[in-house]
Amino acid sequence: MSRKRLFLSGKLLPILAGLALALGFGFSDAALAQGKLKVGIIHIGSITDGGYNQAHSDGVAVMKKNLPNVEVIQVENVPEGADAERVMENMIKQGATLIFAASFGYLDPALRVAKKFPDVKFCHPGGYKRAPNLTTYWARTPEAFYLMGIAAGKTTKTHKLGYVVALPISFFLANVNAFHLGARSVNPKVETRIVFTGTFLDPAKEATAANALLDLGIDVLGVIVDSPITVVQIAEKRGAYSVGFHYLGAQKFAPKGWISGVAFTWGELYTQFGKQVMDGTWKSESILGNLGSNLLTIAPFGPAVPADAANLVNETKKVFIEEKKHVFAGPIKDNKGTERVKANEHWSLDNLGKMDWLVEGIIGQPK
Amino acid sequence: MIESILGSLLIGSIHSGTPLLYATLGEVFDERAGIVNLGLEGVMLMGAVAGFITTVQTGNAALGILAAALAGGLFNLFFGFLVITRKANQLASGLAMMFCGVGLSALVGARFIGSKIQGLNEIRLPFLSDLPFLGRVLFNHDLLVYMALPLAFLVWWVFFFTRWGLSLRAVGENPTAAFAAGKNPQVLQYQALFIAGLLAGIAGAHLSLALAKTWSEWMTAGRGFIAVALVIFSKWHPLWAVVGALLFGGAIALQLQLQALGVPISSFLLDMLPYLLSLGVLAIWGRSRRHAAPASLGQVFRGTE
Repeated sequence: MSRKRLFLSGKLLPILAGLALALGFGFSDAALAQGKLKVGIIHIGSITDGGYNQAHSDGVAVMKKNLPNVEVIQVENVPEGADAERVMENMIKQGATLIFAASFGYLDPALRVAKKFPDVKFCHPGGYKRAPNLTTYWARTPEAFYLMGIAAGKTTKTHKLGYVVALPISFFLANVNAFHLGARSVNPKVETRIVFTGTFLDPAKEATAANALLDLGIDVLGVIVDSPITVVQIAEKRGAYSVGFHYLGAQKFAPKGWISGVAFTWGELYTQFGKQVMDGTWKSESILGNLGSNLLTIAPFGPAVPADAANLVNETKKVFIEEKKHVFAGPIKDNKGTERVKANEHWSLDNLGKMDWLVEGIIGQPK
Repeated sequence: MIESILGSLLIGSIHSGTPLLYATLGEVFDERAGIVNLGLEGVMLMGAVAGFITTVQTGNAALGILAAALAGGLFNLFFGFLVITRKANQLASGLAMMFCGVGLSALVGARFIGSKIQGLNEIRLPFLSDLPFLGRVLFNHDLLVYMALPLAFLVWWVFFFTRWGLSLRAVGENPTAAFAAGKNPQVLQYQALFIAGLLAGIAGAHLSLALAKTWSEWMTAGRGFIAVALVIFSKWHPLWAVVGALLFGGAIALQLQLQALGVPISSFLLDMLPYLLSLGVLAIWGRSRRHAAPASLGQVFRGTE
């Protein structure tokens, strides 16, 4: 190797590095100085679904309103897996430094991308694994469903409750379990039947499932799919009561039979994440909001709910917020007779992702 | 109790089967004219969204059905332009039209998500609806359910007892021969595609106006493709289509019913039931289907060039 070449490479390297700095970091410095932030969010469905995805999209919209320097890249209908990774990497290439991977199944793809880009911050709803640059956030939905159960147990006349659910995944099983336990706490006679449609969005199939349940004499129908509109509407038409989820506007479809509903409200949390990334205080956490947090909203009660039920719900809500009561307090048997939670113990809400059984008194298959 | 469950199952089968029947009859028109339409899903979605929007705006579900049929017909005519006039590949064009329909319907419908409609409701028939059991199962349905079976017979009559139907079938079998006999294959194909679009549009309207009474993106959830399969199942025959649609719809209703009853079988397995059934039927009857297809299905007619 000649001296000249060594000299050249020695001289060139810092120049190249300087150029790279000017091009890459220089821009990001300028952007940071102005307090700009590019946020990427990927959705499993459509942001106008009147349900789960819309709640996330609304959250980002609130963040954008509160933080005018935020720029948002949204991509809808992203399949879980390698596609999700590609879309997230693409967002990072466009300058995104905060990524929301807004579906349960995005956890592993997000963890892989997070490892590749340690300077980018990731947020995942409902995840049970974290990374130094990946925060998980969720809300204690079972507590809210327990309250719905109390209201339903007090309202039902046939003592038969039903749930139309997309898929038998742990979070949904936990919600229906909590609902049944809440109902049973005020009405020992109740039974809850559960039907899975196998998909997050197929309103016509949801309708058939709802009708099958109603034909068995069920008079309170709950629903955990993308949008509760169809099921709530059918319950109303057939003179049954309903409990909504994800979209509180569903109340207008059931002026008579509406009991109540639960919805996520992500706006304030997302604003907080955005602020933290901009001022450098963001750190990886595991956030699980309770009923007192701003992450969960419970809809107003419908006219069918007796006054004593409404009072009891409000009291129980306080007890939950003070953490003086556990939803899954033992002893609890599953619907196959196995003891799942021993007396004087409880199933921690941190372990929601592992719940693969249904409580005694629920008629349905957890797998 | 058993009577009540059986009734529930039959009603569920009719509900699930009706949109499938309309869509299948539509695809029979497409394919009898020699054109495979994989874009049926998109046509149904255009019908579903047009019907829903019109019903929201006018409050009249009958106008909604009309709009749905027209939207489906026009959308399918555009497909016709691609594959008949421009002579594009049918499978590729069909898939492209499917995605186009998914996107376009989502775009148009976005503003109407969460809108409330009265929709298409049950019509009780004098005397018949009061019959024990049968009244509940057969005569407590919406207009589109009542129309479905007579329509299948009408399609059958058109295909096999009218001159136009004969010409159409001739085009599907051998367009060159039909051309030589003085028929214009392209005109007949356009006519068939328009009718197919009308029917698929109505199928979509039955989902959004009668069953779900709501609009959501891609709410057909694959029914367009099931209909394409049902055409093969029914040997391109409109009356067999009734059997196919009812069987498939029945399998969907049955699996949901079994879950509601608490049968100890995994919901994942039960969800496969309709597809297992289709596979079984195709495996048993597969051989006899080979000769049932229109001979020129999927081929581009170049006769006049």
